[in-house]
Amino acid sequence: MPVPRSASSRIFVNRAFLWACLVATNLAVVALALLLISIFAKGWGDLNWDFLTSFASRKPESAGIKAPLWGSVWVCGVCAAIALPLGVGTAIYLEEFARRTRFTRFVQTNILNLAGVPSIVYGILGLTAFARMFGVFGTGSNASIRLGNPEGFFHLTLPFGTSVLAGGLTLMLVVLPIVIISTQEALRAVPPSLRAGAQALGATPWQTVWGITLPAAVPGIMTGAILAISRAIGESAPLLVAGAALLLFSTPNNLMSDYTVLPLQIYNWAERYGSSFQDLAASAIIVQLVVLLAFNGIAVLIRQKLQKPLQ
Amino acid sequence: MSTVPANSSALTDLHRLGRAKSVTARRWRERMIVGALTAAATFSIFITASILIILAKETYTFFQFDQVDLGDFFGSLEWNPKLGAEQHFGIWPLISGTMLITAIAAVFALPIGLITAVYLSEYAGPRVRAVLKPTLEVLAGIPTVVYGFFALMVITPALQTLNPLIEGFGTPDAPVAFGGYNALSAGLAVGIMILPIVCSLSEDALRAVPRSLRDGAFALGGTRFDVSVKVVVPAALSGIVAAFLLAISRAIGETMIVALAAGMVARLTVNPTAEVQTMTGYIAYTFKGDAPAGTVEYQSSYAVAATLFCITFLLTMLGQYILRRFREEYD
Repeated sequence: MPVPRSASSRIFVNRAFLWACLVATNLAVVALALLLISIFAKGWGDLNWDFLTSFASRKPESAGIKAPLWGSVWVCGVCAAIALPLGVGTAIYLEEFARRTRFTRFVQTNILNLAGVPSIVYGILGLTAFARMFGVFGTGSNASIRLGNPEGFFHLTLPFGTSVLAGGLTLMLVVLPIVIISTQEALRAVPPSLRAGAQALGATPWQTVWGITLPAAVPGIMTGAILAISRAIGESAPLLVAGAALLLFSTPNNLMSDYTVLPLQIYNWAERYGSSFQDLAASAIIVQLVVLLAFNGIAVLIRQKLQKPLQ
Repeated sequence: MSTVPANSSALTDLHRLGRAKSVTARRWRERMIVGALTAAATFSIFITASILIILAKETYTFFQFDQVDLGDFFGSLEWNPKLGAEQHFGIWPLISGTMLITAIAAVFALPIGLITAVYLSEYAGPRVRAVLKPTLEVLAGIPTVVYGFFALMVITPALQTLNPLIEGFGTPDAPVAFGGYNALSAGLAVGIMILPIVCSLSEDALRAVPRSLRDGAFALGGTRFDVSVKVVVPAALSGIVAAFLLAISRAIGETMIVALAAGMVARLTVNPTAEVQTMTGYIAYTFKGDAPAGTVEYQSSYAVAATLFCITFLLTMLGQYILRRFREEYD
């Protein structure tokens, strides 16, 4: 048993802890402020329309982010188009259809584990399984199967090589657990009475899900999906491994095009120690942060506008 | 359909809702949908299996090289994969680099994150929360490459101004001075990155503690400090430890910050001013350099990735075990 202390000393400890709290708490605010101020101070000056609409260059003053900007749009589009249906489907299965069997528990544990796998490991998986396809179809530059016209939209090679499709699939691996877990939480928040009501009216399990549960869970699912996509927009390590270009002078025109993404362009410029390219990295970071802020703003709006209390 | 009377709106509506004409057709459709959903769920197992198989197979290929040896991998203290020079593949310098950065990040972020969580959950009024929660959410949403840039351009120069004060502690063999790349700068940036994770997960755990516990402690005459630190924190301990483990595992797996700010020299050291290379940093460095597939240097990053995967996997499993085993249930 601790020795009883005097009231005044306990009150003093209480007050001292409150001060410690305030200091610790403000550190987060200070860190964010410092980060934003330093980036805006370096990057604001170079930011103009030309920066958004011109390609990379050897001369810092004429370099821009057209290629990574469009690359990010393509790759994240592919990622979202695959990860969202797959993730939502998995979550619906786990929450609404699966019985509590060992298999279900295993799938659940497995998803939690996948959420903890470092993203660079997904990059290695993407490189081996999508970009190189285990080497069974030859190498990326000398693909053994080619379909369609390389200039048109319908073009496919096996293996995927350093293409938008390989990059999007790799990012899909990274965000899939996030989509699944957030959708599960959204579905769990739908009160069971709604399902019971639908079933009492004779709806089949799928009719219950499609007509009742999913619409009620849409705000939560959308919020999770937007957070997952903003994670994909900012992710660069897996794409660095999976074969994104670090310097590119074209925008993608089909799923087999080479690509680079905004965070990798930032990485490429930030690495050039002591040059004015590092200021360009700051400008690109501002663009990146504005895009992310817009996405998060949409998520907040959805949360506020659509989330009606159910019960 | 023609048998349905036109004036019976309820019946026609039911048919429209059901779409499928017969019970059999509907049952078939139902079965196909459940099948598709099951396939989606099974895909996640397929991902894990692919990771395991690829890492195992390629790591096995790595150990088939003449210059590589399993005993050396875990026994040698030198990591030098460069072609031409005498190659050494001992994993410990990369592990020590990772652990040094993770330790710096943990020392920075775990206490501050926990105190912030206690403050948010037990002390803060709605006005403070209205500022603090969005701040943490923005910090959580910033891409890690931005933290890397911050470490390189802001933290490192700031640390370098300390060099005149600390240079006296070094020896010619082991200089103590912050260079352009150093472990402390990268570690602090990783710490800022994991701070929101520690904070929001710990806060969730603290908030899940029922109010009656707090009321009881207050009724016994506890100050707010007594209630928060001696009652609520212990009650939420399993959740807090799980949050810590998750944050540590994120720090271990972080790539872009260390690739930008920590450096490219794999060495066994605990000196935070030194340039170090982490496991993730080495993997990124190898694949970025486009080392030709099939060379020993290329294959070595699979072995490093397998080691990394095992470490983070064990941490994740430990976190889940702690959550299950030590959860305090109050009702």
